[in-house]
Amino acid sequence: MVTMAGPVMINREIDARGSHCPGPLMELIRGLKSAHDGEVIAVISTDLGSNTDIPLWVQKSGNELVAVEKIDHEATRFVVRRHIRAR
Amino acid sequence: MQVQVAIVGGGVGGTLIANRLRHLLHGDARHEVHITVYDAEGTHTYQPGWLYVPFAQQDPRKLVRPERRLLREDIALLSGDAGRVQRIVPGEKQLLTADGQAHSYDYLVLATGSRNAPEDVPGFAEGADHFYSEAASLQLAEKLAHFSDGRIVTGVASVPYRCPPAPLEFTFMLEAALRDRGVREQTEIHYVFPIGRPFPIESVSDFVAPLLDQRGVKVHTFFNVESIDPERKVVSSLEGEELPYDLLILAPPHRGQQVIVDSDLGDRDGWVATDRNTLRVKGFEDANLFAVGDATDLPVSKSGSAAHYEGHIVAETIAAELQHRPTQHQYHGRVACFLETGHGQATFLWFDYEHPPKPPKPRRLWHLEKAALNTFYWQLIPPARV
Repeated sequence: MVTMAGPVMINREIDARGSHCPGPLMELIRGLKSAHDGEVIAVISTDLGSNTDIPLWVQKSGNELVAVEKIDHEATRFVVRRHIRAR
Repeated sequence: MQVQVAIVGGGVGGTLIANRLRHLLHGDARHEVHITVYDAEGTHTYQPGWLYVPFAQQDPRKLVRPERRLLREDIALLSGDAGRVQRIVPGEKQLLTADGQAHSYDYLVLATGSRNAPEDVPGFAEGADHFYSEAASLQLAEKLAHFSDGRIVTGVASVPYRCPPAPLEFTFMLEAALRDRGVREQTEIHYVFPIGRPFPIESVSDFVAPLLDQRGVKVHTFFNVESIDPERKVVSSLEGEELPYDLLILAPPHRGQQVIVDSDLGDRDGWVATDRNTLRVKGFEDANLFAVGDATDLPVSKSGSAAHYEGHIVAETIAAELQHRPTQHQYHGRVACFLETGHGQATFLWFDYEHPPKPPKPRRLWHLEKAALNTFYWQLIPPARV
């Protein structure tokens, strides 16, 4: 299903709210590995650690953090575009 | 009215659902509902036991039992080609098996599990070992028995993978085994993990990180394996790090089963889009189609524990519908598992979507409880006694 985050088209959204194991970042990595280059994956997280974990990994892995959106008082949506380095 | 319930897969989830559903049916439903498990292998394997095989602590033959013996007598089992489901057609409520037969169903549960997909990481098949199958764990046992000098790299090749604690448990057990054999001084252990800490759960990481450090295990975080060069014996990450090894032991890449892909019921990797609470397959909410365990795309661990708790929800839901009772059963992400920390100690993880785990300090008690579960699994889980 394709949805929109502002002007960005999201190819797939992963609801990782309440995911402790494997956790939102692992879910994002999973999503990006199965995506094609240029596709956009969003992950919704309620894990406070995601605020640092996800941007740091996205930067280290050479992907692109397109948006970080607060959904409600607990959940945040991280929108990431896959770049070719992420297999 | 006759009702057909088809369960594809005879692992933890499929077996438990079949037995639990049969137990929950009363009165007319008892005679009118026919449950069939489709499982090509016709055997049931207690996969967590493979962790112990490389250390010669477990005979793998004792981890396998005939599926028929685990199912109540009034549950049908189709195995071989008759149980090899090749395509599912939810619109027609039909499934097709490898013997050319078409089977109609009223309810369908996908408990198809996952498969190792070494082909997803270049060089994995030639360059890495693992303990995620009987054959691989036996091969690794042989290599470890003769390993006395050099660098071992452990960890995870790709996500998702079955049983998130297993690579960490293996690392602790490896360190203890090398020490017991008196060769620890001549060996290096390096542990690689995809994210910024050695385990997904922060509270667990907080106590395993010092343990790894104390035991001289070098941790490489943000290491997502991109490729393995078996000639040079080097593993490379997509973050740009290269690590030489003498023995490489990684949880292999995983995918969903081919029948999910061929039936257009999953994403590109074969994981079934599943509602996190109802466990119904998304897009088929009115088609009496459920998924449990490794087969799903749920944000919970791919583990027998998740399949166990999910299985109870699906059995209760189907039983309620068939007996015209309202159903309020929902899965809330519950998982419970043990984490071995070596030297005969373990900790216990229990959590759900709302409650993060608070693992207790490693103790011998938890190790003994895990050992007890390994022994009494057959009497407790497949028959749905717990």
